[in-house]
Amino acid sequence: MSILATVRDRRRERPVNRPPGGLGRTPVSYSVLVVLGLFAILPVLVLVFNSFKSSLEIGANPLGLPATLDLSNFAAAWRRGNMARGFANTAFLVAGTILGTWLVAGAAAYSLARLNLPGKRKIETYLFVVISLPVQMFIVPLFFLWVKLGLINTLVGLVVIYVALNTPFSVLLLRTFLVGIPKELDEAARLDGANEWQVATRVILPLSWPGFMTVGLVSGLGAYSELLFAVTFLIDVEKMPVATSFFQFSQGYSQLYNLVNAAGVIIVLPLIVLFLLMQRRFIAGLAASGSKG
Amino acid sequence: MPPRRRVRRRRNSRLVAIAFVLPALALNLLVIGGPTVSSIGYSFTDWNGITTPEFVGLENWRRLVGDEAFWNAIGNNFVYLLIFLTVPMAMGLVGAFMLSRIRRGAALFRVLYFIPYLLVSVITAQIWRNILDPEFGLASALNDVGIHWLDEVYFFADGRFALYSVAFVDNWHFWGFLVVLFLAAMQGIDAGQYEAARIDGANAWQEFWHIVLPGIRPTLTFALTIVAIGSLLVYDYPFILTGGGPAGATDVASLMVNRTAFLARDAGYGSAIALALSVLSAIFLVLFGFLRRREEEV
Repeated sequence: MSILATVRDRRRERPVNRPPGGLGRTPVSYSVLVVLGLFAILPVLVLVFNSFKSSLEIGANPLGLPATLDLSNFAAAWRRGNMARGFANTAFLVAGTILGTWLVAGAAAYSLARLNLPGKRKIETYLFVVISLPVQMFIVPLFFLWVKLGLINTLVGLVVIYVALNTPFSVLLLRTFLVGIPKELDEAARLDGANEWQVATRVILPLSWPGFMTVGLVSGLGAYSELLFAVTFLIDVEKMPVATSFFQFSQGYSQLYNLVNAAGVIIVLPLIVLFLLMQRRFIAGLAASGSKG
Repeated sequence: MPPRRRVRRRRNSRLVAIAFVLPALALNLLVIGGPTVSSIGYSFTDWNGITTPEFVGLENWRRLVGDEAFWNAIGNNFVYLLIFLTVPMAMGLVGAFMLSRIRRGAALFRVLYFIPYLLVSVITAQIWRNILDPEFGLASALNDVGIHWLDEVYFFADGRFALYSVAFVDNWHFWGFLVVLFLAAMQGIDAGQYEAARIDGANAWQEFWHIVLPGIRPTLTFALTIVAIGSLLVYDYPFILTGGGPAGATDVASLMVNRTAFLARDAGYGSAIALALSVLSAIFLVLFGFLRRREEEV
């Protein structure tokens, strides 16, 4: 039997193991699920609808479908909200956080999982303790330390914080991926004359990329949406990521409902598209990071 | 291989291992470990963030005990906690259980429930600020059909509703995450248990109570933990929607920390508030950790 046929068979088999149900047998479930679904999605639709309306139209028709699909709000929001700059800042934060976390946490996880590191247990315990520390425990001295180091009001300073915040969880997650790779593989590479760096990047990395994808997704998503550190550690509007500058914009121009809605759609669109493309990894990653967020 | 070379190789490999873990540890000490320790120290001083701090003993702690603003904020945190331990937990459990019972459309519902969790907090806040606006939102839409219940209801500006409104928005954003979390755990339950229950004639409620709930207990404890800690440390939605107002009605401890330490430059006292908050969340962590350990023994 070909592999494809096996996969198809297994697919067909699956529903048998699952509890029975169907529209006819579970009308109560379906009605509850639809109500919950409407509760979740209608407010998002209102945002999308209103992003096409003029302020006047919003006043007359605050919740319903727009009369026309007018895109001028998006152009105006992009310009007046200076979103090009905001997205550039966000891109820097997200890329810096992902790369930094991969590098720092990846190296540490590699050492914990596969190298001859003394005091492994102690380091792991430290990481567990650090994960449970609330931000409030260190934010006050950190702020004044960043003032002293000249890192306040800089994107680099914020990236350093994000990388540090993501590292403990990422190390522990990546470690579980790295432990699973057979030792024989890197020993064979070493016998062939590869050094530690080559073993790590050429042998181990390709085998553990799902872990790195999850870590990248969680830390990148965090950097995209983070608010507390961004509003506390950045002062100039020119330096703010797009979500934080949206906040400033929406406070300052609360009457420009249409533009605020359009800007909101622009900001969340990349997230939703990304989620629809890689649902499984999103859910696994966010569940593993375990933040209330 | 002669023994001395083996020893050197061992030492070498240790040095490489330490070099790999060093950046993570150094960064961690700089951003989290170091400031955490100094936070404890500063809570006993009159530090303003700039000048040399002076030791004031237990003065900050005495002030904390008598500070009505602090007790108001912590009280609001506990209201938030009670709301979050019940409403999203119930919605998450119901949603996940219903989803686990249907076959067609489950994937679609899961996506719908998860989308609010993906939205950035500032935009979630904007959505609901618009909908709950007394002039341009739901109220005006209801006016068109002759219902005037919401005309003078200021959800975020009226002290009677503000905290619940903020919690409502936060919950709208969060509950779908619990559905997905619980659903994953429910799918891990052995299908044979359902079969057995059905043969015994169990109805849906009995199935939920006797099979599903015990089956997902570790996940349930995990969810309770993150909900409890998240409610104690909540910052985003009170900050965005109300800034703690009106008149402290939605003030929470983490807002107070930032206000005290960074705006009023009362960093010593701010550290004390932060430390008190951290101790409180540590108590919850230990409590739930104890619960989990007892479960593992059972």
